[in-house]
Amino acid sequence: MKWIAATPLVALLLLLPFFAGDFYVNLASQILIAAIFALSLNLLVGYGGMTSLGHASYLGVGAYISALLTSRYGFGHGPAAIISITGTIAMAAFFGVIALRATGLGFLMITLALSQVLWGLAYRMSNVTNGDNGIAGLTRPMPFGISLDSAASFYRFALLVAAVAFLMMAIFVSSSFGSSLKGVRDQPRRMAALGFNPWMIRWITFIYAGFWGGVSGLLYVYYNKYIHPTSLSITSSAEALLGVIAGGSGTLGGPVVGAALVLLLKNYASAYLERWNMLLGLVFLFIVLMMPTGIVPGLARLMTRLRRGLR
Amino acid sequence: MTPHALEIINLHKAFGGLSVTQNVNLAIRPGERRLIIGPNGAGKTTLFNQISGDMRPNSGQISLFGTDVTQFAPYKRAHFGLSRTYQIITLFTGDTLEHNVTLGLLGLRSSRWQMWRPLSFYGDLTAEAHRTLDAVGLLHLAAHPVSDIAYGEKRRVELAMALAQKPRVLLLDEPLAGLSNTERSQVKSLIASIPRETTVIMIEHDMDTALDLAETVTLLNYGRVIVDGDRDSVIADERTREVYLGV
Repeated sequence: MKWIAATPLVALLLLLPFFAGDFYVNLASQILIAAIFALSLNLLVGYGGMTSLGHASYLGVGAYISALLTSRYGFGHGPAAIISITGTIAMAAFFGVIALRATGLGFLMITLALSQVLWGLAYRMSNVTNGDNGIAGLTRPMPFGISLDSAASFYRFALLVAAVAFLMMAIFVSSSFGSSLKGVRDQPRRMAALGFNPWMIRWITFIYAGFWGGVSGLLYVYYNKYIHPTSLSITSSAEALLGVIAGGSGTLGGPVVGAALVLLLKNYASAYLERWNMLLGLVFLFIVLMMPTGIVPGLARLMTRLRRGLR
Repeated sequence: MTPHALEIINLHKAFGGLSVTQNVNLAIRPGERRLIIGPNGAGKTTLFNQISGDMRPNSGQISLFGTDVTQFAPYKRAHFGLSRTYQIITLFTGDTLEHNVTLGLLGLRSSRWQMWRPLSFYGDLTAEAHRTLDAVGLLHLAAHPVSDIAYGEKRRVELAMALAQKPRVLLLDEPLAGLSNTERSQVKSLIASIPRETTVIMIEHDMDTALDLAETVTLLNYGRVIVDGDRDSVIADERTREVYLGV
């Protein structure tokens, strides 16, 4: 049933560049990137019960490393991508050790503080990061000699990466490890008594989420061909977190829907409203009031209720 | 001489000025059925929490089969053959009974680290979970979420999760609490059927049922061991009457 319902969606995603204009194709690419980012954050927030307000660190650092290596040190895109992902993973491992000393609000504050440090560095270390000017004039990679400069070709590349990311994370949460993670979220004490190491499970998840955050960062910098400290800012982290919660944390579809919602609001509302954040806030408030568990679980519940009503 | 299944030496635990475990010494043989009794606040569950590692004692030593585990994290003790149930039911309420028991099985297997293979592909885990649920008489509810089942059934799931691990030492914290008479006798025969390879240490207030299951009894009061010995002598002891039975 689920697979049949997914077929039109898959067809739409594959065929989008054939009928949509560049503006919409580019918008779709941005949504895919934001979706990978939100999905990685959802591993922490939804499946791990670790609410992070500093996830932009991984997107930003992944992007910055790649930008610096390709523009300043003459690295090719391949090696730059590998170094940037390795660097992001190492950073997640280190940050995880610090942040996982706490849970709940303490964890949130530490992740926020760490990401603010990076944001401050990106702003102030202008001899390296070019500060508020950002790093411009970047190029997109050419995997197997295929240019990604057109909107459609980049979209297909982003779609491929997003599909792999979605699949990998879907398998991750349904795996034994994913079950352990959910168990540790719900009953950490019980899980420890059953032989699971809660800290290690959280730490590995933290690193895995950092990895996908880094991947989304690479796509982000490839897409924009530019990087600015705002990518590391609290706004960037908070938007993703809002997307995850609005869409439905702890579900696979939720973060994707949420990320799309935030991005569409940003793109459309900001054309008419200077304070588009206010509209985002109102929409978020509406969702929280009407569907406290998020759009995707909320709609799913509505559907079952309708189906029951029809019977 | 074979080492004791559980040996506790000079255990002490205090919350501020309140000593909840004072100079406790216990030695339990492999396969023994030990009942721990005492009035409310005697420090029975606190003692269990120290044995399972949820709480660290201030001083003293806890050994399992001759190995000092005092500094071990709870999960490490589980791999050493220790399982426990909780007085306050601690289950994964949104998940099915099958999933709950599967988690118990998974906890001791290295496949718990597997990230690239859906859990549902492990047919042997599911089969084993079904066997355990069958043993506690809940197989027909395997696919139901825990939130759907009755209180007495939840108590049996608690037990099933621990039994699935085939522990060497099993700590049961009031396994009969809040059960009806029929449920009581069900759980009682379940505990009675636990194989002798498992040492059972049980906290229980229902003396009629618990005494049938126990071979040895320890009476705690204000964190101290008051009387300790085989069942009949502890029950006959004057101090037991004074502190606990109140007759």
